[in-house]
Amino acid sequence: MATAEHQVQAPVTDHAATSTGLPNMKLAIWLFLASDCLLFGALISTYVLYRGASIVGPYPADVFDIPYTSVSSFVLLASSLTMVLALASIQRGDPARMRVWLLATAMLGLTFVGGQVYEFTTFAAEGLTLSTNVFSTSFYVLTGFHGAHVTVGILMLLTVVGLSFGGRITQERSETVEIVGLYWHFVDIVWIVIFTVVYLIPTGTPPGA
Amino acid sequence: MSQTHVEETPKAEPAPSAGAHAGRHPSPKEYIRIAVILALITAAEVAIYYIEGAKEFLIPLLILFSVIKFSLVVMWFMHLKFDSRTYARFFVMGLAGAITLYLVVLLTFRVFSG
Repeated sequence: MATAEHQVQAPVTDHAATSTGLPNMKLAIWLFLASDCLLFGALISTYVLYRGASIVGPYPADVFDIPYTSVSSFVLLASSLTMVLALASIQRGDPARMRVWLLATAMLGLTFVGGQVYEFTTFAAEGLTLSTNVFSTSFYVLTGFHGAHVTVGILMLLTVVGLSFGGRITQERSETVEIVGLYWHFVDIVWIVIFTVVYLIPTGTPPGA
Repeated sequence: MSQTHVEETPKAEPAPSAGAHAGRHPSPKEYIRIAVILALITAAEVAIYYIEGAKEFLIPLLILFSVIKFSLVVMWFMHLKFDSRTYARFFVMGLAGAITLYLVVLLTFRVFSG
């Protein structure tokens, strides 16, 4: 591939002149992501505060399946790669390949969400529902919000694919793909934190154990 | 025939500004390289989780790996390494707010004192 070894020059996109000199949409998505950091900061703090405070089980160590969640993490990381490959494709002026990578990203996202639904169903079958204890409530709210973000991301990806079929995503308008990509990568970095804090860092002995 | 030398006026380079956002982006090969590093770090995270001898250093190591993965995605996949610093300032502002919130909540409830 001729371009593989060379850097890809980000094309000058056709945004209107702005007072900052930066495209407003891109600035807006970064501002949104900054505010979303606060949302997840609050949810993660709540989880860390309550995960070891349940007086009745099941406790985190009783239900978590680390190998299963590790596979989900690999799937989400792979989706970040396919997302940047989609962006690189449209920046090279190849909308067909971009669509393939975007659909691959959406499929990986669906696999992740499907895995989460299966995990929630398994936990519920083991007696861990939303209202079982403070661990379950904070766990479901945190990971559920993240899953909702992934679902919104999938819808955004499919919308871009649809727009591309209508010829509305071109090399000059690659900024749209970049903005959706920023959102998608944000969902990935939130999962990086959740995977470590929620699943891998061990909980102390709960008072009720 | 006399040859007249016309001095070429150098073309004006666009002045760098806050709007100089369209820097280089990594190549697909670089993206793949970063993804492989991310996968290897994730594998290492899961591996040390199961290693009995690493229990003492488990939490600091997991946090270190997590920070490295986070930074790689933000710098390379989200292009903060290459784009305008204004975006980075916005994001760091939100991130600093989230970390402050996290620390204030956990210190208030004395989570770190066990």
